[in-house]
Amino acid sequence: MTNILFSLAPESILTITALLVLGLGVSVPNSRSLITSAALLGGLIAAAAILLFPMDANLLHGMVVINPLARIFKLVILGLSLVSVVFASESFPKNHFAESLALILFSTIGMMVLVGTEDLLMIFLALELTSIPLYILAAFDKESSGSAEAGLKYFLIGSVSSAFLLYGLSLIYGVTGSTNLLTISQLSGSPDSLLIAGIVLTLAGFGFKIAAVPFQIWAPDVYAGAPTAAAALIASGSKVAGIFILARILTTGLGHWAGAAGWGQFEPGWAPVLALMAAASIVLGNVTALVQSNVKRLLAYSAIAHGGYLLLGLCSANRESLTAVLFYVVIYALTTAGAFGVVAIVEKQRGGSRLEDFDGLSKSSPVLALCLLVFFISLAGIPPLAGFFGKFYLFTSALANGQHLWLVIVAIAMNAVSLYYYLIVLKHAFVLPAPDDIRPANAPASKILVAALALAVLALGLAPDLLLKPISVAGKTPPHIATSTVPPNDQ
Amino acid sequence: MILTATFLSAFAGAALILLLPERQAPLARWIALLTALTGLGFASAAFVGYDNTPAAPHFQYLTRIPWVPSLGISFSTGADGISLVMLVLTGIIAVTGVLFSWNVSHRSRAFFAFYLTIIGGVYGVFQSFDLFLLFVFYEIVIVPKYFLIAAWGSTNRQYGAMKLTMYSVAGSALVLLALIATYAASGAHSFDLFTLADPAKVHFAPAFQAWAFPVMFIGFAVLAGMWPLHTWAPTGHVAAPTAVSMLLAGVVMKLGSYSALRVAMTLFPQGLEQWRMVIAVLATAGIVFGALVALAQKDLKFTVGYSSIAHMGFVLLGLMTLNLAGLGGSVLQMFSHGIIGGLLFAVVGRMIYDRTHTRDIAELGRMNLTKALPFAALTFTIASVASMGLPGFSGFIAEFTILSGSWKAFPWLLIPAGVGVVITVAFTLRALQQVFFPSGEPSADVHPFDPITFPEKLGALMLIAATLFIGLFPSVLLDPILRSFHSPLMQKLLVEVPK
Repeated sequence: MTNILFSLAPESILTITALLVLGLGVSVPNSRSLITSAALLGGLIAAAAILLFPMDANLLHGMVVINPLARIFKLVILGLSLVSVVFASESFPKNHFAESLALILFSTIGMMVLVGTEDLLMIFLALELTSIPLYILAAFDKESSGSAEAGLKYFLIGSVSSAFLLYGLSLIYGVTGSTNLLTISQLSGSPDSLLIAGIVLTLAGFGFKIAAVPFQIWAPDVYAGAPTAAAALIASGSKVAGIFILARILTTGLGHWAGAAGWGQFEPGWAPVLALMAAASIVLGNVTALVQSNVKRLLAYSAIAHGGYLLLGLCSANRESLTAVLFYVVIYALTTAGAFGVVAIVEKQRGGSRLEDFDGLSKSSPVLALCLLVFFISLAGIPPLAGFFGKFYLFTSALANGQHLWLVIVAIAMNAVSLYYYLIVLKHAFVLPAPDDIRPANAPASKILVAALALAVLALGLAPDLLLKPISVAGKTPPHIATSTVPPNDQ
Repeated sequence: MILTATFLSAFAGAALILLLPERQAPLARWIALLTALTGLGFASAAFVGYDNTPAAPHFQYLTRIPWVPSLGISFSTGADGISLVMLVLTGIIAVTGVLFSWNVSHRSRAFFAFYLTIIGGVYGVFQSFDLFLLFVFYEIVIVPKYFLIAAWGSTNRQYGAMKLTMYSVAGSALVLLALIATYAASGAHSFDLFTLADPAKVHFAPAFQAWAFPVMFIGFAVLAGMWPLHTWAPTGHVAAPTAVSMLLAGVVMKLGSYSALRVAMTLFPQGLEQWRMVIAVLATAGIVFGALVALAQKDLKFTVGYSSIAHMGFVLLGLMTLNLAGLGGSVLQMFSHGIIGGLLFAVVGRMIYDRTHTRDIAELGRMNLTKALPFAALTFTIASVASMGLPGFSGFIAEFTILSGSWKAFPWLLIPAGVGVVITVAFTLRALQQVFFPSGEPSADVHPFDPITFPEKLGALMLIAATLFIGLFPSVLLDPILRSFHSPLMQKLLVEVPK
């Protein structure tokens, strides 16, 4: 019992913090800074708990699994959600402010539980705990019809995807007789049709969650309509948790049934499904982003494309490529969170996030414009920023077993295309003249945070080992992200 | 250390300029000038300090620091004669580029910061011997180019900037693909060029070389302006502000040809053998086509832009000869065209266009420029003569050695290449005559243009001195260049190994 309490200490601390924030919202509803500080303090204590008392645990037959990799990702998720808390504190509507922060924290708890479990049931519960607060957050701006639409769309499509996922997971349980990923992985033999149906339904469910084609339909409206701080969390933290757990299910649980996705050498399994989803996401995301006139929608399509790059890495399912996926998803989350931060500040200055609202940003707020440059150039995969190394490593490791050349060709070609739309935004910021009526934005904390994120993206580009080494060392601790179960795919 | 100081100082200068407060903005150009001079100083010191004696190692100033050990990436720099010649060229163009942008006052901090970032990237490419590092520097150059052209350029600048950037990034995508495939195929777990290009350590299957070589070579050659992927160059050159045209023609295009030689050709000699004829024909087509199109231009800057395509065609042709004369001439031509192309763009963009606000050849002819801007007329005449390949200037010795190399390798290509030389003379003379010495009565009234400023004169004199000096003493560059082709890395390129 005490073991469980200790292993879930960070989550417990966050729960108490969230309840405290709700209480503060009732007693001192107008003191935004006090409420924000309480939320941040709770988050920092939770982070300290992870850092100061590292312990490995595997409790209740894999329901709670704490290992070095899970700890790293809990920290990353915690950090990203605190970033959204700061953005929210300076851009969220006044009414029910405390509730919005509490929702961010509740969703964070879900994500943290998600990365610390190996049980299908817990995975589903944690995903719901992650998603439901996000649905509410997406609809939180009551004065904007876009936000209401975003919330409704996100909720409806998210619920359908949960249904798919639950159906898929129950089929997997039905065939294998266990909800524990390690137990499932010990079964082998050729998959029967029920298991294949289960795998495909599970992939469809996750496809919705991480906005991969053909399940991407909700993303642009939600990213554009939701309050920007909420969109930042949806794009960063929830993506990290989603990719992490998808990697764990596929490689730890279903490693035997990967199949093969080489050009002209498809073998049934999850790898070919994933490969097609990846290629379609990369192409559709990048091509559709070319014609966007709203930066948040553009970021949504860029998110779809980046989901594709990550799925590409998952297809290969060797240790290198898993490390690359986990590395890149963190980099992507940091970058996109920063980009949303810039958008939030610009919205505050100019009242919108259309391309025209970025005109002359380098004149009106040079540092902010420079940060935007760093984030977008990193998303476009240009060195020396972290996004370049992330993609480089991802593609290199995907080619390591030599069969995904076709996917890498698609990805590299489309990545070149992506520079076009990022440059269009940067053109508005750096080349076009500024309008005259600009209100100075009062968002000091967001500005500092955005600058810190930009520095982090630059630093991780120059010294990727800072993050790569911990992930790759932690990933080697068997058997949690073990790839040895994947049979070598000889051509 | 002296080598890495070249790009470190450039990046440091860029950062320093970004940190300048707004009221100190006029200092930006001084910082840029000092940074560029520092870079030139380091590059020249490295060139002078390079030990040319037969016993000395081919690659000197080597630095090697592990960077991402799990991928076999290290920070590995060094130089042979080829690198050093390109580094010195970069230094000269960097300094003169600042001199010719002395009048930039609109957002000068951003201008010079982007400018120095490009310079730093270029210095980096010319000394990298780790392919990952080389690619990082290669890509750093891309984005600042876009902003410099789109924000400070002239004719159709946003279109030209985007076209140029998308061509560059498409070329880089090809290079990236080939690079990753090379890493996977080598199995050496290294990006070190010395390891990958050593046939004793790494063997690339002929089938792999047959596709990896053209992908990588063409990826680099896009930047070198190889026909028919050259169309970004004239549009981009014309749209760019003067200093950026100088950079593009002077050094950025050379990034492509240098990397094609240094990386694609040394890694895949068998692939090269298969594709050599195709590329030689494309290069010759570039010479003839570039010269013909230049002949038909009405815009003076377009004439110079297309002449770059023709001159870069010589570089690529020289590379494909695979003999000492052709390869050495090719590297010399990179240097020579860097200087002469830079000078031509400086005259056309800064001395003429900034004052007359037109580049229409006929219109310029009516302005009596020989009287109005005598220094510009003199400089343009000298540059034209050098560009035509008159003995005494660097262009002559470079193109002559390339042609003599091609005579041995592809005698049948010498006819079209020779025709290209003749057309080059024709379009250069045509532009010179129609702009400065038009037929008919010169109009008596002399336009009151601003006189040529001191920084412009200084820059022009530097470039003229460089081309003359190399024209008269080519061995200063040719000796270290030719020596470098005997290094273990480059020697296997030579089809007929000299004794």
